Amino acid sequence: MEIDWLSFTPIPSLLGGMILGVAAALYVLLHGRILGISGIISGLLHPKLTDSAWRLSLVLGLVSAPFLAALFFGLIPVVEIDSSWLAIVIAGLLVGFGAQYGSGCTSGHGICGLSRLSPRSLVATLAFMCSGFVMVFVIRHLMGG
Amino acid sequence: MKHSFGLLSQYAIGVLFGWGLIISGMSNPQKILGFLDLAGNWDPSLAFVMIGAVLVGLAGFYVVSKKSQAFFGGALHIPTRRDITKPLLIGSLIFGAGWGIAGFCPGPALVALGAGHLKAFVFVAAMLAGMEICERFFVGHRSKPSL
Repeated sequence: MEIDWLSFTPIPSLLGGMILGVAAALYVLLHGRILGISGIISGLLHPKLTDSAWRLSLVLGLVSAPFLAALFFGLIPVVEIDSSWLAIVIAGLLVGFGAQYGSGCTSGHGICGLSRLSPRSLVATLAFMCSGFVMVFVIRHLMGG
Repeated sequence: MKHSFGLLSQYAIGVLFGWGLIISGMSNPQKILGFLDLAGNWDPSLAFVMIGAVLVGLAGFYVVSKKSQAFFGGALHIPTRRDITKPLLIGSLIFGAGWGIAGFCPGPALVALGAGHLKAFVFVAAMLAGMEICERFFVGHRSKPSL
């Protein structure tokens, strides 16, 4: 392992992380729910009259965030997607299936779960980190990615 | 009236979360993959994101633990389960595998979609399909999953 000092962004990442924490804290204080993106989206698949509006509001907020960041701060998000179309489809299927089967993703288990010291979320977070490490190792170092 | 404010608040928190992902660099799949690549040029940024988020989150959830109602009304929907189950473990392992392939998880994928990336749109469509497959063939019989 060598640290990639050129890519490493400790200050913006810490600051951005704190903003994520503020959003998760506000969400539970104001709305009484866990800010878990996968759960909020999956609830839209079989919409119920009572909760589709708020789920959609949150998703629209996420989707419009880059536009508003550009508008207010002149901040254009860097998004580099090197994966092939096939890899994107497979990754999407696995992420969707896994989040649904495992009851959460990086936001629900990772940020919120660890913040409320949930043993289930700790196990989930360790599990997806480990399989993420393994997958990248296989793709980049065994298959020569 | 309170209902409309509630929806506006949902929207604003979505924007805030999106900004957090953009500022932290997590809306870029290459930074996620850089963190997951322990054997290569390792980018520790994601660990700093988690530290920042959880430090603030700990305070937030501590405050909530003293409350019985959400500001916009209604009971708190906070999971109470503590059992480590096979679906939890297997689902999370599968999630991580997909995460490691493209460097996308649900939040950043929606932000990248909003930034106009067609591949993010395809990722989100596939993700919804994956959720539906799971719901229909694997967990459809059980009630709403909790964290």
